[in-house]
Amino acid sequence: MLCLDNLRERFLQGNMRALAQSISLVEDNPELGAKLFSLLGQPQGNPRIIGVTGPPGAGKSTLTAKLALALLARGERVALLLIDPSSPFSGGAILGDRIRMHELSGLSDVYIRSLSTRGSLGGLSAATARVLRLLQHGNFSTIILETVGTGQAETDVVMAVDAVVVVAVPGLGDDIQAMKAGIMEIADVFVVNKADRDGADRTKLQIEAMLGMQEGRRVHPIQVLPTIATTGYGVAELTQALDDHFAYVEQSGELARRREKRWHKEFSAYVANILLGDFFSWANRQDIGIMANAEWGEIEVYGLAKKATAQYFTERMKRHVEED
Amino acid sequence: MMTEGMQIRVLVAKPGLDGHDRGAKVIARALRDAGMEVIYTGLRQTPEQIVEAALQEDVDVIGLSCLSGAHNHLFAQVIELLKKHHAEDILVVGGGVIPEEDIPLLKAQGVKEIFTPGTGTLAVVEYIKKHALPR
Ligand code: B12
Ligand SMILES: Nc1nc2c(ncn2[C@@H]2O[C@H](COP(=O)(O)OP(=O)(O)O)[C@@H](O)[C@H]2O)c(=O)[nH]1
Ligand SMILES: [Mg+2]
Repeated sequence: MLCLDNLRERFLQGNMRALAQSISLVEDNPELGAKLFSLLGQPQGNPRIIGVTGPPGAGKSTLTAKLALALLARGERVALLLIDPSSPFSGGAILGDRIRMHELSGLSDVYIRSLSTRGSLGGLSAATARVLRLLQHGNFSTIILETVGTGQAETDVVMAVDAVVVVAVPGLGDDIQAMKAGIMEIADVFVVNKADRDGADRTKLQIEAMLGMQEGRRVHPIQVLPTIATTGYGVAELTQALDDHFAYVEQSGELARRREKRWHKEFSAYVANILLGDFFSWANRQDIGIMANAEWGEIEVYGLAKKATAQYFTERMKRHVEED
Repeated sequence: MMTEGMQIRVLVAKPGLDGHDRGAKVIARALRDAGMEVIYTGLRQTPEQIVEAALQEDVDVIGLSCLSGAHNHLFAQVIELLKKHHAEDILVVGGGVIPEEDIPLLKAQGVKEIFTPGTGTLAVVEYIKKHALPR
């Protein structure tokens, strides 16, 4: 068992293993995590958080590594959070994004961490928000978050980050049509990676046409950039596009709004969790389990849920009055 | 399936120039199927890269796979680097084509267990479940 004071001490001294252990603590255990956060106080830094999303195999990891290299080259300190899906059967996971990150090994100003989704859908894990907050104490100027390969529904990333980079590849054709649902709307910067392949220009035009259709919804024009992540081609332009995005959202107040929404989303998720936990611990303590109670005479599930919740609140209130 | 809480984290690594990766992948999948989180870093890793990844990922276990014959040298370097970083608490196991006569030396150096060709993956899973330190 780790001693929290000692962990905090080593963390604030910049010890990398302490950072890694703190992430595990916060990921595994929100209660202990909350204690660590209160020991750490206000975060010193104010890192930019960039999300990289797109279909599996599009080159997200390779591009993320190259983007990190570009940021390091201009003196930044960078943290990478790489998310891979957990197995729905065992809960285990193979986290393989680091395979594409060998260029970053041995460099002192970068920290790389792989996370499993641990059963949650939507492209991130339930703990991602906490881990991102912890990284804000780690003296980084940029955090890059790579999501699991997006089908289309995995749009959680937009709530977790300040800027979303959507990675597409040439020749997706019909897939681009499918990507429209959800993923098109969340991009702040579009990348057509694998531009060394045929059809990159056409894909870029298709995406631009589709972005054009939603004109008016965004004040800030979205760039569509060709890249070759394996060589680094286009990465300077991507870095510039991200700088432009940040300049825009900082000045327009949108960054502050996004961060407020993010805070609110994490907060409500915890409230929902705590309430749900308390409800079920109450329900399980009932003489006859609410769920199995024939008295309810109710097979309509929504109605049953409403009744059970109402009874839960009534009894909870009573207990509070008695306790006062 | 919601799996909040502690999970054993294992780094499966291939040190040196050895290109045989079937065994490492078989082990990685078996550990995943046993509910563990496995970080796989691919081929041709230096001991420095392996230890750096292990520390950044906060793994409980490092599993080294080597079929080329360079195990004595490479495994020892990993152990040395862990000591240098005060991370001897990380459990190190190894596998691959490793002659019987080398095993006592490797164990004396600090590799806790060696699994040679033909080992069932279940034995590996059970060993790790039993010996990985709870966080
Ligand atoms: C398949 C094979 C290949 C394939 C590899 C395909 C691949 N991507 O993996 C190919 C054809 C490419 C190949 C090439 C070569 N090979 Co070859 N190859 C084999 C062979 C026949 C089987 C290996 C295998 O995949 N086994 C199946 C897996 C599942 O078993 P495993 O790796 O042993 O893993 C098990 C255990 O060892 C253990 N384990 C392994 N890793 C780990 C890790 C952890 C953490 C744990 C807990 C357990 C564990 O658990 C696994 C499950 O039981 C072996 C002979 C043999 N019988 O081992 C030779 C062998 C390994 N190869 C050998 C040689 C010499 C070569 C070449 C140099 C040949 C050449 N001259 O070109 C090249 C080098 C390639 C390179 N770049 O490194 C020699 C090595 C000699 C030595 N150690 O002194 C062997 C032993 C053959 C021999 N008897 O001479 N090879
Ligand atoms: N030809 C080509 N291959 C690429 C490019 N970018 C990545 N790749 C390859 O695409 C494969 C998947 O890359 P990876 O970064 O793992 O994709 P991810 O699943 O989206 O993270 C790897 O084999 C990369 O080497 C590129 O620009 N051009
Ligand atoms: Mg990836």
